[in-house]
Amino acid sequence: MRFLVPVLVLVGLIVLFAVGLHHDPREVPSPLIGKPAPAFRLPLLGEEKLVSEAELKGRPLLVNFFASWCEGCQVEHPVLMKLAQEQQVEIVGMDYKDALPDITRWLQRHGNPYRKIVLDAQGTAGLDWGVYGVPETFVLNAEGVIVYKQIGPMTEDAWREKIAPLLAGARP
Amino acid sequence: MIPELGHFALILALGVALVQVLVPAYGLWRRSGRALAVATSAAQTQALLVFTAFGCLTWCFITQDFSVAYVTANSHSELPLVYRFTAVWGAHEGSLLLWVTILAGWTLAVSVFNRRLPADITATALAVLGVVSIGFLLFMLLTSNPFERLFPVPEDGRDLNPLLQDPGMVIHPPMLYMGYVGFSVAFAFAIAALVSGRLDSAWARWTRPWTITAWLFMTLGITLGSWWAYHVLGWGGWWFWDPVENASFMPWLVGTALIHSLAVTEKRGLLKSWTVLLAILAFGLSLLGTFLVRSGVIVSVHAFASDPARGVFILGFLGTVLGAAFLLYAWRAPKLVSEGELRLFSREGLLLINNLFLVVASASVLLGTLYPLVVDALQIGKISVGPPYFNAVFIPLFAPLLMLVGLAIAVPWKRARIGDAVRHLRVPLVATAVAAVTLPLVFQGSASLPVIAGGFLGFWAALTALQEPWRRIRAKTSWRAGLASVPRGTWGMTLAHLGLGVWTLGVVFVSSFSIEKDVRLSPQGSVELRGYEFQFQGVESRPGPNYDSDYGTVLVEREGRTVATLHPEKRLYHATHQMMTQAAVDHTPLRDLYVALGEPLDNGDWALRLYYKPMMRLVWLGGVLMVFGGILAASDRRYRPVRATETAVATQGVVA
Amino acid sequence: MRRWLLLMAMAALPALATADEAALDATQESRYRALTQELRCLVCQNQNIADSNAPLAADLRNQVQAQIVAGRTDAEITRYLTDRYGDFVLYRPPFKAVTLLLWLGPALLVLLALALAWTFSRRSQRVPPAATVDPEQLKKLLDEQP
Repeated sequence: MRFLVPVLVLVGLIVLFAVGLHHDPREVPSPLIGKPAPAFRLPLLGEEKLVSEAELKGRPLLVNFFASWCEGCQVEHPVLMKLAQEQQVEIVGMDYKDALPDITRWLQRHGNPYRKIVLDAQGTAGLDWGVYGVPETFVLNAEGVIVYKQIGPMTEDAWREKIAPLLAGARP
Repeated sequence: MIPELGHFALILALGVALVQVLVPAYGLWRRSGRALAVATSAAQTQALLVFTAFGCLTWCFITQDFSVAYVTANSHSELPLVYRFTAVWGAHEGSLLLWVTILAGWTLAVSVFNRRLPADITATALAVLGVVSIGFLLFMLLTSNPFERLFPVPEDGRDLNPLLQDPGMVIHPPMLYMGYVGFSVAFAFAIAALVSGRLDSAWARWTRPWTITAWLFMTLGITLGSWWAYHVLGWGGWWFWDPVENASFMPWLVGTALIHSLAVTEKRGLLKSWTVLLAILAFGLSLLGTFLVRSGVIVSVHAFASDPARGVFILGFLGTVLGAAFLLYAWRAPKLVSEGELRLFSREGLLLINNLFLVVASASVLLGTLYPLVVDALQIGKISVGPPYFNAVFIPLFAPLLMLVGLAIAVPWKRARIGDAVRHLRVPLVATAVAAVTLPLVFQGSASLPVIAGGFLGFWAALTALQEPWRRIRAKTSWRAGLASVPRGTWGMTLAHLGLGVWTLGVVFVSSFSIEKDVRLSPQGSVELRGYEFQFQGVESRPGPNYDSDYGTVLVEREGRTVATLHPEKRLYHATHQMMTQAAVDHTPLRDLYVALGEPLDNGDWALRLYYKPMMRLVWLGGVLMVFGGILAASDRRYRPVRATETAVATQGVVA
Repeated sequence: MRRWLLLMAMAALPALATADEAALDATQESRYRALTQELRCLVCQNQNIADSNAPLAADLRNQVQAQIVAGRTDAEITRYLTDRYGDFVLYRPPFKAVTLLLWLGPALLVLLALALAWTFSRRSQRVPPAATVDPEQLKKLLDEQP
């Protein structure tokens, strides 16, 4: 019997690896899921006043961290544009570590899917939200609680299969 | 034309490898000596074909044939000639070809050097090596063909990863692969022993030099890799417990255990099934390493471009080969009876305990490496297991091991008395204790408890290693006769254990007394680090063959005298636009002074990272001593097969 | 290949000015070194934040430094980071239910190995080459027979 131990260990390892091959080891789940959106007080693009996380309450929405210098953001941009045009969901942009002229030019060229754009020039909000590489998109319910985080570019699949069902349940 | 020739050679090699497996298998079944003999010629033909393919790929690199996709991806018209050679194994496909080439080389060596062994053993071993070769040839031909053409032909290549454009990288991968693949020979002999049911002292004697040779290459490969990381990565570290490093360290630990248990099996005829299991495990961990590096299942900084299809293939292959081996083991191993008793307080008993510690150390490294994967697969979180964990676990496992080294040498085979051991070890014990306290006080002016304890372990391994030759020399009347009476195997053991001790001392000193400083310096500015004055002279631009360099100059002075002029560099490679750091190191046996360029700041200022690292050289010296010990032990005449008839009783008619 | 991933990561983030050198005293500096070496840089995947050139690592270094200056304890700083990034940032996995086997595994393996060696040695000695009969024991055995 004890001579069978190596085979059994091997079988266990192979099952583990077979499962492991389907996981992306580079994706780090957010500990913020199920928690209220972190606090911030930052300026809005094109307005003088400061906004806070209170603005995010009252309706489900996407909070999309993006930047003009980020290549993944260009990849996801058409998806966000489509969501905005079809009025599927409200999208709030968090412009991460960007310069004002750059972002204005970028939005002119690619279009603006955002209802509001918060300027996180120093990346402080990014730090509090646990952003580790833009683009990242947080899904908030009407209570302002984070229910999902999309790491990397937003895709149609992710929207249809993961996010839309969550929001359908979250609508007031 | 040449790439097609190479591709064709690989396909032919696959066919010959099939012959190398199937015909000897038939020979074993029908007890046909002629069918068994085919294994040798098939192995040699296969080696020739694989070498041809390797030559073809090398030719493509030298002639810059950018119609070959792999050459385009890993070369550039500006690439210096020496790196065109090493670019052959610079990425996934070519490094697989290197793997197969080295395997063919080992197989060839077995077919040449083991002509004197019983024919069925040689044939079985060659067939097993053939199976491994089939797996990797198929893998290459189906998923990773290095000869794939590209159309239209690009004008220039994308260049070899600049990280690999370093002298250390020229020989590190071949040496490491020699080790990884070399364990396949011990594996093949283990399978042959299980199939034939003959596992005796003679078997252990044939297997030992092969195992030691593989082990010494692996030691060299790991040492070179560590040396390269130290010089190129610019963080002053030499071991990061990265999954890829662990992938080479695990088979090294098990291989070390195997060398010692082979000694027990040879001398005492004990621990047979354990020895066979270790031989399977050492190679199994080599395959596992290949899987981890190439499948992308684990986050590692030096993983090859990952591809799930490749992962599935290696996983399937690994499962088949190791599954078959372990099942054969479960079936045949219970019949391997050990002759005689084993007492724990005897050399074989202590070697058994040493084995267990080595295997547990290896298992713990495996546990730490795979644990994040387990947690992720079970979806109960996402964690990291890094150096703090491995150090915390490894040090308590390694300390008793070092104590055992000295103890096992002082104790005789079969049965030992504690009183005798104490008498033998009195002198080394006192010398070790004195040295462990003195050394840090003399060189560093302070000694904390961890340093003394670590130094004690290092000195203990080094000093007790000298006992065996010392005893043999004392037994003779003259020094000369005494020296001549020490067999090479004993010198090998002595050197390897000395190396272990020296390595330990290096590690203890470097990790306890290193000083690190991140500074911002303007040209002509200076900073003091442990009595050394580092004067920054500024940075100038210098062109290299295929890069532009920021070439820094740092003068190091001590008590007004210039000790060294260091030139740390940052290189921007043309083709890839990658930035590489090249640290500059001044070294004596007692200390390294290490300077790496950080980022350029405003006003011509630079961020620099400076290190003072005492006894860093001992870490490499220890590795080199182990390698030389391995060379001496592997070349001991006692291990050469003398007569085949000695053990060939069971298969009369087979021996030609 | 180490730097390869890092560069890919850097391509996705802008370059950032290096940390301003706030004065840390000797003990603070050693705490800073120890902490930054045990924290994982998320973008570079397998590098600590002390060695990484990635901008996020620089941000996290600055955070650590600022919080040390502000008098926060190591535990508080670690907590701050795990609240945002999870246990993934810790190279020293915390001791809890999920990591129980990770931390205790090696010790259990040592105990198991030593127990195996002991029983194996005992068993090998139980087959003596020549039977030496202990008269005391023989008598005892015979007495036990009904």
